[in-house]
Amino acid sequence: MTNALEIYQLLPKTNCKQCGKATCMAFAAALLSRGVVVDDCPPLKEDKFKENYEKLSEIITPAGEASESGMIVHTEKCIGCGNCVVACPVNVAEDPYGAGSGKAPTSDNVILRVEDGVVRLSNVSQCRRFGKNKILCNGCIVTCPTKAIEFV
Amino acid sequence: MENEYYVCTGCGLLCDDIEVELVDGKVSKVNNACLKGVARLKECERPAECRIDDAPASLEDAIIEAARILKEADSPVIFGMGNSTSQAQKNAIEVAKKTDAYFDDTSSFCQGPVVEAILENKIRTCTLDEVRDKADIIVYWGADPSNSHPRHLSKYTYFPRGKERQRGWEEDRTAICIDVRKSDTATICGDKFYQIPPQADEELLNAIANGLSGKVPKVSFGMGPKKILELANMLKKAEFGVICVGLGLVYSLEEIEPLVRLMDKLNEVSNFHLIPMVGQYNMRGSNHNLYEETGYINRVKFTGNDVEHGAHCSVVELLRTRTVDAALIIGSDPMSSLPGSIAKELLDIPVITIDPCNTLTSRKAKVSIPTATAGSECGGTAVRMDGVEVEFKAMTETDRMCDAEILERIMGEL
Ligand code: SF4
Ligand code: SF4
Ligand code: SF4
Repeated sequence: MTNALEIYQLLPKTNCKQCGKATCMAFAAALLSRGVVVDDCPPLKEDKFKENYEKLSEIITPAGEASESGMIVHTEKCIGCGNCVVACPVNVAEDPYGAGSGKAPTSDNVILRVEDGVVRLSNVSQCRRFGKNKILCNGCIVTCPTKAIEFV
Repeated sequence: MENEYYVCTGCGLLCDDIEVELVDGKVSKVNNACLKGVARLKECERPAECRIDDAPASLEDAIIEAARILKEADSPVIFGMGNSTSQAQKNAIEVAKKTDAYFDDTSSFCQGPVVEAILENKIRTCTLDEVRDKADIIVYWGADPSNSHPRHLSKYTYFPRGKERQRGWEEDRTAICIDVRKSDTATICGDKFYQIPPQADEELLNAIANGLSGKVPKVSFGMGPKKILELANMLKKAEFGVICVGLGLVYSLEEIEPLVRLMDKLNEVSNFHLIPMVGQYNMRGSNHNLYEETGYINRVKFTGNDVEHGAHCSVVELLRTRTVDAALIIGSDPMSSLPGSIAKELLDIPVITIDPCNTLTSRKAKVSIPTATAGSECGGTAVRMDGVEVEFKAMTETDRMCDAEILERIMGEL
């Protein structure tokens, strides 16, 4: 997995503080823990950082739902095998004859699906690891051949 | 658009639940397919060009030149086929008959022997749909589908719910992996991974058979009788078992007989099936089509109405012994996949390639003919790794010609 230093290397390294953090290194650490998003760094959006911006956006999975639930997909590792899609108990309950039977998902309520060869999350709040009755589900973690899914 | 499903031609699994989004008539997004499939279904990074020698040519001229080369050759070879539709394969067989050519496909160094044993009813097989609905014991032997056929476990074997397997993989199914290294698939199988040294497959096949016959199973490597018996007992208790045979097993066996013997033994005491992990999407179709025509699955030579068959007709032998004086290569890149010393023989004879993408072989070819990509740009039928025929339709329109039609046109010129 990426570390803060690798992320730091891709930042402007000017410590301009526009993001609200004292240093770029602090911003890098915040990015890693998903406390901020790539777009929170204004200079990164300038043309000369375009390549770095794109790289960072790739490394740092979009926050939003994923960050609230702590679920992170390392998209660069995912091969789109769909094991997690078929094994996830929520997917099975919501879509037994589609995703749960190994086929294309037919319900909008699934958590995991594969788009363009890579897993994509939605409805993450339904994940069994969260909410009142949470359990330590690891369906999507143990079935992944490349260890692309992680919870922080 | 919703729920219109297409077939992926990325590998021999031919997943039939692919959804696509198009922008300007091109595939822009592919859903439900694995990464490997997406790569196949989106356009090649470098499409093949239409070329004779070093100059761009019209399709018409390239076809005429290809026919001329084949006509003038004394013993041409036609090779490839795994990435062609069944119709293209049938047309290629016709071209081979017309030109007294050798005909071989990549199965002669892949799953050929296993498919042959299945077609000759020496080995019991089943469909992947049966595996999904019924299988409780799934064995991957010398196979790593997580890399070769990424959706194998999720779509058919281990993870999906099936008619008689409703309680999910943790309770209802056991996946076992036998391999020389701890592959990604082996990792998923956890403590049901049996590691063996290279070339020890035959020994283990025999040992399991012995274990099933009530003898003490012994092997020369570090796997005790207890462990082998535990494996044998798991297989014995299967309600519906399947062995998915990968190239690792095929390559290490000199003869297929030990595998046939174990399958026979398993079916005395249990209920077992075998499925070859066929790599290219229609490799098995090529075996079936040639078998129908000649009674052989690969490695033949046509002479008038006669058919000769044998190891000496394999593309490797033909090149090694410099027996052929021209090659028509369809949907395959032997310059990259064959051993260098053998591939280099292709540099000395006129080569014609028919391929959607620019490959090492097409770059070195005398005539390169671009075709549409089967699966995304043209439809047809193909035979899935388990022998089921799958029909597929094109996702987009193209002005490139399909391989079946190109071969028909070459035939017309002959
Ligand atoms: S932890 Fe369980 S419920 Fe949550 S996404 Fe993974 S498999 Fe599904
Ligand atoms: S199991 Fe892992 S590799 Fe497979 S689709 Fe899910 S995240 Fe990707
Ligand atoms: S497993 Fe094979 S057929 Fe299925 S989506 Fe992947 S490449 Fe395509």
